[in-house]
Amino acid sequence: MKTSSVIARERGTDLLTVRDLHVEGFSDERWHPIVRGVDFSLKRGEVLGLIGESGAGKSTIGLAAMGYAKPGCRITRGSVLFDGVDLLSMSEARRRRLRGSRIAYVAQSAAAWFNPAHRLLDQTVETAVAHGIASRGEANRDAVELYKRLQLPQPETIGFRYPHQVSGGQLQRAMTAMAMACRPDLIVFDEPTTALDVTTQVEVLASIRRVVEDFNTAAIYVTHDLAVVAQMADRIMVLRHGQTVEEAGTRQMLTAPAQEYTRTLWAVRKLAKPEIEARDHILTIDNVTAAYAGGVKVLSDVSIRVPRGRTVALVGESGSGKSTLARVVTGLLPAMSGSISFDAQPLPLSLKQRSKDLLRRIQMIYQSPDSALNPRQTVEEVIARPLEFYLGLKGEQRDRRIGELMHMIEMDESFLDRLPGELSGGQKQRICIARALAANPELIICDEVTSALDQIVQEEILKLLIRLQRELGVSYIFITHDIATVRAIADEVVVMHQGKVVEQGPKTEILTSPHAAYTELLLSSVPAMDPDWLTGLLAKRKRQGTLDAAG
Amino acid sequence: MRLNPVAKTVLQRLGLGLITLFVVSIIIFSAIAMLPGDFAKATLGQSATPETVAALQHEIGLDRPPVERYFSWIGKMAKGDFGSSFASRTGYRRTVAEIIAPRLYNTMFLAVMTALIAVPLALGLGIVAALYRNSWFDRVVNTVTLTTISFPEFFVAYMLAFLIISRDTFAGTEFAQSLPVWLAISINWTLNVVPKFPTLANINDQTPFWDHVWRAALPSATLTLVIVAHMMRMTRAAILNMLSSPYIDMARLKGMRPMVVVLRHALPNAWAPIVTVVAFNLAYLIVGVVVVEVVFVYPGVGQLMVDAVRSRDVPVVQACALVFAATYVLLNLIADIISIATNPRLLHPR
Amino acid sequence: MTSAEPVIQTTRAPRVRRTRRSRIRIALKKAPLSAWFGMGVILCYAVVALFAPLIAPYRETQVFSEAFAPWSHEFAFGTDQLGRDMLTRLIYGARNTIGIAFITTILSFAAGVTLGLLAAMYRGWLDQLLSRAVDVLMSIPSLIFALMLLSIFGSSITSLILVIALLDSTRVFRLARAVGLNVVVMEYVEVAQLRGEGPAWILRKEILPNILLPLIAEFGLRFCFVFLTIAALSFLGVGIQPPSADWGSMVRENATLITYGDVTPLLPAGAIALLTVAVNFVVDWFLHSTSGLRDEN
Repeated sequence: MKTSSVIARERGTDLLTVRDLHVEGFSDERWHPIVRGVDFSLKRGEVLGLIGESGAGKSTIGLAAMGYAKPGCRITRGSVLFDGVDLLSMSEARRRRLRGSRIAYVAQSAAAWFNPAHRLLDQTVETAVAHGIASRGEANRDAVELYKRLQLPQPETIGFRYPHQVSGGQLQRAMTAMAMACRPDLIVFDEPTTALDVTTQVEVLASIRRVVEDFNTAAIYVTHDLAVVAQMADRIMVLRHGQTVEEAGTRQMLTAPAQEYTRTLWAVRKLAKPEIEARDHILTIDNVTAAYAGGVKVLSDVSIRVPRGRTVALVGESGSGKSTLARVVTGLLPAMSGSISFDAQPLPLSLKQRSKDLLRRIQMIYQSPDSALNPRQTVEEVIARPLEFYLGLKGEQRDRRIGELMHMIEMDESFLDRLPGELSGGQKQRICIARALAANPELIICDEVTSALDQIVQEEILKLLIRLQRELGVSYIFITHDIATVRAIADEVVVMHQGKVVEQGPKTEILTSPHAAYTELLLSSVPAMDPDWLTGLLAKRKRQGTLDAAG
Repeated sequence: MRLNPVAKTVLQRLGLGLITLFVVSIIIFSAIAMLPGDFAKATLGQSATPETVAALQHEIGLDRPPVERYFSWIGKMAKGDFGSSFASRTGYRRTVAEIIAPRLYNTMFLAVMTALIAVPLALGLGIVAALYRNSWFDRVVNTVTLTTISFPEFFVAYMLAFLIISRDTFAGTEFAQSLPVWLAISINWTLNVVPKFPTLANINDQTPFWDHVWRAALPSATLTLVIVAHMMRMTRAAILNMLSSPYIDMARLKGMRPMVVVLRHALPNAWAPIVTVVAFNLAYLIVGVVVVEVVFVYPGVGQLMVDAVRSRDVPVVQACALVFAATYVLLNLIADIISIATNPRLLHPR
Repeated sequence: MTSAEPVIQTTRAPRVRRTRRSRIRIALKKAPLSAWFGMGVILCYAVVALFAPLIAPYRETQVFSEAFAPWSHEFAFGTDQLGRDMLTRLIYGARNTIGIAFITTILSFAAGVTLGLLAAMYRGWLDQLLSRAVDVLMSIPSLIFALMLLSIFGSSITSLILVIALLDSTRVFRLARAVGLNVVVMEYVEVAQLRGEGPAWILRKEILPNILLPLIAEFGLRFCFVFLTIAALSFLGVGIQPPSADWGSMVRENATLITYGDVTPLLPAGAIALLTVAVNFVVDWFLHSTSGLRDEN
């Protein structure tokens, strides 16, 4: 149990003390500050969570704690005392002896951080053998032991595989084993589960937490996900723009944050919209089956109803076919069989057969506004084109409409002559929304529109979309993998898994009492802002015997 | 039948290479078909009588259907019979094969000699420049190579030849006399440090091996200069690209020594890009050979081809083109196969 | 997802809006010495090529009595093997050699970019057909291919331009297709397709503006390559034919002078080298600074 083991850990001595840390990064022909005077310390066996939005400098601090700066970065000031010695002022050779053996690193996307040319086992034991900590035979036996502890399948033989031969979740655990090989005093985890699906994430989190506790290893856990850090950390430090906002014990930080910024961060996940029932359906999809060139079937027999003026959330993990469904609705990937009807009229399956007006009535917003906006077109050109193309607006009429649209997305007209590169992520996404609205659509497909944004910005965008629906009566198909987003915006929920609809129904019904086992698994795997959530879930699953089955 | 993916991909590439050669041979063969109608007459010039023209047209095969001609042509090619040169006269038949054979040996000699010097030199320089990126060494090497790749081969060749010749002529020039005596003497002395390599590469089949090397020194040096610049820049780019991979960061974070990082973590993944670079430049060598052979009057295939083009001796041109194209295709094929054979994803399928 | 933390972001310096012209001015101000040198040289060559008849002391094919005359007041660089003034030939050579290379590059670009972008946009059989054809053309070294074709069609200026343009357009095709493919998969192109825009509009408004910079850089590199190929062919005697003044053939015709330690034949060769060096310097700087230009957007 988490709470008891935390108390039982050997504590007292400081392992790592970081003082006045400054890091700069090189871009645009000059140095910019990334980390500006951060202090913290870490005791043996303690886990410190570093949390913040993009640009907060948390990953850079994680690496600096190892005395390392990425190529293109430099540590300009401060000290990093590890076990009483300054990592920054010691010789490179001494630092090298500490790295891997006493301080280790676990990266976000293991697929890129593992060397593709070597077997997992060779990479796991490399440091131990090179630093003379263990003989090759001992190290191999120990690696198998670690694989077992991390609940990797076939621990005896998995080490003989190459990185591309195992799955993402397994690779992330193998990387943890590699970090553990020399039983380091400190491990830096840099968003180790961010790239994984939620059901996989639970297992990896559980494995990581177990080995860290078993070996009483201190850790720095870097993440942007509050619920995840709540499960892993004893203490949490909130960062913003390379500076510390506040630092406190996990429970205290969750229940009583002292700073306004932290409170905003915390409040983000609590947005929830009451669901409203619809009168009729704007879009009905019946028994649609679709496949990509090459014949791989990605959707089989999918039927979905989209209520008019409401939001349907399509929920599922990667590979569930939810984005493919969006391509089928837009006509980019014509369905092989089945039918779609829009506003009680049959909708031609292929984009080419649809009339200009039909195209106007269904619009789409994408996940990444960076690739959805042409970097060479100004905001004005972007918004004006649908007005000219669909509605034939010109001159003053056009300019007035552009002004109205900018007002709707809560931006002023001084942005009109800017290029996308001069806007923030949230502003770019607003422009994409304005472009969709310019067509006066009846249905907007939103494909993970908030996933690429920071949480505070996510909330602003969601509120904007809700307001626009209320004012304009537009319907949304909202594709997402994030349950908090579903809670915030949906009226109805469709759960998809491996190209099939698992269940569809009103939001409250699906979220509170799911019928399908997969929905149950999916919902229970979403971390909650409660430090005891993971412990409780594992205990529950152990009782039900589902944890092993889910591996 | 299930094949190992490496074997499968290699077989695919081999097949593709054969198809390419086939298409290339068709293109080269069509060269004859595209000849203007009065070509035979033009070639024979004054000795053109209706009989000799007909004989030549028969010899080229202009009186038979193209498909039939192609297959008999390619069939003969495969047996090493490249036909006979237009330079043949009655009673004095010169086959293309006997013209090309000794020249091919000479060209290969030059190419191999150059490759043996250039490849290790370029790879070494490229790797050092990548490892010490942005150092003064890197900057100097970069500027020098950027300059060198901009030079036409004949410029480099004549510059070298000029330097050698200046050993004897420098002292007598007006320019030398206008310099202070001490400077003129030291320049002259420096020029004389360079061995007196022959500026004309007279070689025949009796030339002993080391004499051949000695006479091929300047052509080889020219080619080396040109190729090293290309190859070194590409090697540097390939290595830099690879050193920016996250797994290299990981190796450093695991406390590996720089040597281990390069040898164990970078090198196994670097074979494919390096081999591609080498093959690309050896293929480039083929083109360079033509010009350099002409400059130094080195009796190789390149010079032969240029002479044949000038005299419009089409069978010889065809044979030379085929030889060059085949080498080119073969080099790229070898590079492909090495890249495939060192790709862990193909070597160890899921 | 915060996959990688952007390096900047933390400094929220007030954004100064810059027009395209001011961005170019800033880039020019930062240009290294080598780039300035390159631009200067290119400008000089352009002036010489354009105003050749005004600058040259004699007519292009004017023959004097003395062949291989030494350098003097009358003939700044002496005379060639037929007794024509070297300086005059050098100046007219700029016009002929650069002009032909320039026309060839433009032709090869027009063909290569059009076909490459079409292949990238439509994929499918068109892409397959063009790409395989290019693979085959590129499997013969281009100088060899050019030699072969010229031996058949003869070395007229038209056939020279067409043959080189054809062979060089294969490389332009590959580049245009590759950069085109990178842009075609972007979602803003999909947005335009979903809106119902026609292919011409998508090509002109969405794709072209985003691939212009690499294409401009490539134009410089291709020009160098074409220029060197034509010079090599002329040097080999199958390129630009006499009596037109041309640097490649001038080197060949006067090469014997080298044996007497005379530097004159190196002049046209050096003229070729200087121009390619200059273009390469400018392109190198351009490639270097366009990444910076993008960041500043």
